[in-house]
Amino acid sequence: MKLAVLGAGDVGRSVATLAGDYGHEVVALADSSSAAVDPDGIPVDDAVSRKEGGDGVGTADPEEVFETEYDVLVEATPTTLGDAEPGFGHVTRALEADRHVVLANKGPVAERYDELRALEAESAGSVRFEATVGGAIPVLSTIEDCTPQAVTAVRGVLNGTANFILTRMAAEGLDYEHVLAEAQDLGVAEADPTFDVDGTDAALKFVILANVLADGGFSLEDATVEGIEDVPGSALELAAEDGRTIRLIGEATRDGVRVGPRLVPENGALAVTGTRNIVQIETRHAGSLHSSGRGAGGPETATAVLSDVGRLPDLERDD
Amino acid sequence: MGNEPVDRERDPETDIGGGSESESGTETETETETDGGVRAYTVRLELVDEPGELLRALAPIADNGGNLLSIHHERGNITPRGHIPVEVDLECPPDRFDDVVTGLREAGVNVIQAGEEHYGEEISVVLVGDLVENDLSDTLSRIESGANAAVLDLSLTAPEGTESVSSARVRLAIDSGRSNEALEAIRSLGSEKGLTVVEPLLGGESA
Repeated sequence: MKLAVLGAGDVGRSVATLAGDYGHEVVALADSSSAAVDPDGIPVDDAVSRKEGGDGVGTADPEEVFETEYDVLVEATPTTLGDAEPGFGHVTRALEADRHVVLANKGPVAERYDELRALEAESAGSVRFEATVGGAIPVLSTIEDCTPQAVTAVRGVLNGTANFILTRMAAEGLDYEHVLAEAQDLGVAEADPTFDVDGTDAALKFVILANVLADGGFSLEDATVEGIEDVPGSALELAAEDGRTIRLIGEATRDGVRVGPRLVPENGALAVTGTRNIVQIETRHAGSLHSSGRGAGGPETATAVLSDVGRLPDLERDD
Repeated sequence: MGNEPVDRERDPETDIGGGSESESGTETETETETDGGVRAYTVRLELVDEPGELLRALAPIADNGGNLLSIHHERGNITPRGHIPVEVDLECPPDRFDDVVTGLREAGVNVIQAGEEHYGEEISVVLVGDLVENDLSDTLSRIESGANAAVLDLSLTAPEGTESVSSARVRLAIDSGRSNEALEAIRSLGSEKGLTVVEPLLGGESA
């Protein structure tokens, strides 16, 4: 497949770099101000080094991406809330041109799922979004294999930053602010970690899961979200007395989405440590399935994008 | 894992700060019977902390044909009302058990649990906030009444003194199948009092 990659952050660059290993060709890579476009395949390494050296990815206008011939638009621009723009606009243009879309950007599927599905229904292209939930962990494809009707709930840890902070607080008996500063020094937490620690990032992922289970109907405002900012070290100590610990746990069902700090058994499956993520898929006929792994990171998330590309049907091209 | 059944029994007609009024009283034969048809019962009492109280409370049991098996005196665990909970295991023929409870009540003993109703679930929650300044005993009695729960124990830490943020872990016994209802009540109490409520994760195989 010919890939046009929008977004040249960690995920976009990794998709471009790894695409060849998966047998795909990158015909465009764009950041917000420039693009490298070549219908015969761009020199990925050059574009990536330019970006990493602090320049734009290329000399073309990002608009030219849509004018070149591609099979799959990979939308890896930063997630935005509310109208999910400009990501949603990019997806719309690709679907209206009967191209496939693979999302790493959570905005369109968390905030405008029903509109997205309506656009897809009118298009010869399909939309896939494995990379929006749990990075490298195959969450959505597992649900797809089980069929969404046979899945009753999805629970788990889908924010590595919050999980790292809670793990360190419990292990070292330190307070939230202290561990947050440490996480920032280590590069585990961003300079502005708000969406990680207030539960928004995890909530977006569980909203996407609820949309998949219920075939739409949810956006971020439907989720009940609490973060970990008010959990002191002493609460983790008390939990440990009882053989438990506290994790930022999300739950998605057909009835709704909830994210908040919860007590879980200290040695239970959901009490993963460090930045690791885990999901528990509760099925109607087969009990619970657990899948754990790296929930973020450029190459990790890129593998989910490229697996999605591999699942796409061939487009019937008449041009 | 959050749902260990606890084998406590209580009388639905007695008051535990507004405990469950669910239908019960119909006796289900769950314990093994001995030849003489004697069955084991657990009775929870609340005693005033005065000399002689325990002895006075136990007399009506023997007087009514009950045989004492064990006495668990939870001295360290004073109730919000300042009483000491005592758990008494006894055995007696089923038709004498009502007489035992009546005898205890007539002697002025506060019987808080007796009979056949079982608590099916035990859960823990962690509360965080200005717990002490915010009338902890009121919080606990309202959890008991609003959430139809019995507080089994409480662990409190206030690393920066009682005037600052403290955390408490509360272990609760809840009627089977009513955990969600109880947690909802605790959640709304938490938001009213500005407390962070860390709930257990119920459901699935993780709870």
